Amino acid sequence: MSRKMTGAQILIESLLKENVEMVFGLPGGQALPIFDAIHGSKLNFILTRHEQAASHMADGYARSTGKPGVCIVTSGPGATNIVTGLATAYMDSVPMVAFTGQVSTSVIGQDAFQEADTTGITRPVTKHNFLVKDVKDLAKTIKEAFYIASTGRPGPVLVDIPVDVQRGVCEFVYPDKAEIRSYKPNYNGHPGQIKKAAEIINKSERPVLYIGMGVIVSAACDEILEISKKADIPVTNTLLAAGAYPYDSELSLNMLGMHGTYYANKAVQAADVIIAVGARFDDRCTGKVCDFAKKSKIIHIDIDPTAISKVVDIDIPVVGDAKTVLKEMVSLIDKKERKEWIEKIGVWKKEHPLSYEKNDDKIHPQYVIEKISELTKGEAIVTTEVGQHQMWAAQYYKPKAPRLFLSSGGLGTMGFGYPAGIGAKFANPDKEVVVIAGDGSFQMNMQEMAIAVLNGVNVKTVILNNQYLGNVRQWQEMFYGKRYSHTCLAKRKDCPPLCNTPDRDKCPVYVPDFVKWAESYSALGIRVTKKEDVEPAIKKILEADCPAVLDVWVEIEENIFPMVPAGASLDDIMVRMNG
Amino acid sequence: MRHTISVLVENKFGVLARISTLFAARGFNIDSLAVGETEDSAISRMTIVVKGDDSVLEQVTKQLNKLVDVIKVNDFNGVEYVERGLALVKINAPKAVRAEIFKMAGIFRTRVVDIAQDSLTVEVTGGEDKIEAFIEAASSYGIKEVCRTGVVALSRGNKQ
Repeated sequence: MSRKMTGAQILIESLLKENVEMVFGLPGGQALPIFDAIHGSKLNFILTRHEQAASHMADGYARSTGKPGVCIVTSGPGATNIVTGLATAYMDSVPMVAFTGQVSTSVIGQDAFQEADTTGITRPVTKHNFLVKDVKDLAKTIKEAFYIASTGRPGPVLVDIPVDVQRGVCEFVYPDKAEIRSYKPNYNGHPGQIKKAAEIINKSERPVLYIGMGVIVSAACDEILEISKKADIPVTNTLLAAGAYPYDSELSLNMLGMHGTYYANKAVQAADVIIAVGARFDDRCTGKVCDFAKKSKIIHIDIDPTAISKVVDIDIPVVGDAKTVLKEMVSLIDKKERKEWIEKIGVWKKEHPLSYEKNDDKIHPQYVIEKISELTKGEAIVTTEVGQHQMWAAQYYKPKAPRLFLSSGGLGTMGFGYPAGIGAKFANPDKEVVVIAGDGSFQMNMQEMAIAVLNGVNVKTVILNNQYLGNVRQWQEMFYGKRYSHTCLAKRKDCPPLCNTPDRDKCPVYVPDFVKWAESYSALGIRVTKKEDVEPAIKKILEADCPAVLDVWVEIEENIFPMVPAGASLDDIMVRMNG
Repeated sequence: MRHTISVLVENKFGVLARISTLFAARGFNIDSLAVGETEDSAISRMTIVVKGDDSVLEQVTKQLNKLVDVIKVNDFNGVEYVERGLALVKINAPKAVRAEIFKMAGIFRTRVVDIAQDSLTVEVTGGEDKIEAFIEAASSYGIKEVCRTGVVALSRGNKQ
């Protein structure tokens, strides 16, 4: 059964066939036929205030559910505004399908009004993209876009639809499945390689599992738990794999790398076998590559063949889906106790646990996050912006399950957390969603508060306000002689130009007033400047039946530790200043 | 190390851009590139010549394979294959040396395809070595212009 439809109608019908629950975006001239078709349709469209936020909301939706996030924007500036969102999703393997309006095929290349070479601009930041030149190709292209975005190593796919194609008419037949001869992701690992890997693990004395986003994508957390328990293998996670392994397990090492734990980094450097699963040896994890896990054989399980030996030479590669491969592997792995190794790690854990000054009356940002973790029992979805607060969140928020900690890892996109939190809350209305933000990052997309308020999407935002672009300030303090070049957000034109002595009592009044900002949207705004008020205030925003912002004035010059300086070896981890 | 890479791709617009972007994003210079339809008009073959160490080329090959429009990638390194390129070489040719140039063209088994008042244009086909050797030999007469294609290559024997 088929009937004639316009391209715009085909798009809407195809999205409904793909069971797309909601779409984020913003209309424009070259997307008018699409928006006309949306009007009165069954498609749930969420109007954002900025296209970048639409792409991050789609991302937050996707990360929290595992289903592709969808956004629709117009040509030219609409398309360029989602480039950051696409790049963010691409780096972190997030399934997303973005639709952009385009000028009519007859004027493409003529520098028409709001024309941009969208497929050209987005080619390096998408898994694949399409320019649809004939309405007859549209349904098939949409099917392929969703297939490519959500299979293999997931990623964003963009479909650019010229306005005449949106208006064009043809029979609508939505294909049952996508068949692309040049795209066949390999899910099954090579049995020989799996056997070799298992043999090496069985012989090892000091193995470490190093798990990344791939473990969450392929839902392989149970298999990781099984293997680690069976063979007594400690587990360290990347930033994106937070929540993939239970933190309360003796075998959990928490995060590795630049701001990872002392014991995770020690364990990686001392290991005789590293089993990397769905992780890509990002430089923030490895430190100086030639010094990374020098004593270790490295097994790498990943669905993306290009991830193998890209950064670190791999001894045993296994290309395939993490869950499928680990299921094969688990029966080949010997049950074994590794007491000596676990004891050694226990000593490192005692030597330098994650810590901050707890015995004063100052508001240390880590304290705020510990309280959020306690009060939500680690069951809330936490999204973060990018910066110091993000690292503290990774260190001190203990998500109980995967897909509860959403953060821009690879690209490090400030402005991600707030819209991503809104997207996640749209997708999970029954879950608590807490956005942990810095005062710098929050200002990059805080206009989206309108979307939260208008749609009754009650995200709770905690701003760790230190009136600085804190992460850059920390580097300036440690590596640039405390020259705080353009990191102070309170600085006015009459401040001393080389000021590096921030003091809330003497500094100019901070703008914006985040409480008034929240109130101007009819959201709840609370400011906290005393330690004893932190816990009651967090409770209050969590209980609030509306979007809420908690502006916490934390210690201004607090630094993140442990720290492996950029380009240094993981061996050179500093556990405190000058340590 | 010089690598000749043969890439079968979907014959669609934008594919060449995807491949050149991939090389450019990793800072590789492509020595030569030739594209044309295959026996199946829906598939094109790109023959790409690049220099780089083996580990770098392995990564490039994997990245090429990862592109959605790429069907198959073969690195001909260590494989028996034939490769041919073509060059048009316009050589200074006053009457006094014309016969000499004709003779040289014959020795290289090339063809003279145009004769003008004071120049000859010679068509050279062959491997890169032969083309370079001819250009070297012709340079003693003075070369006005050279136009070269990238090489095209196929493995010997059975279809790979």
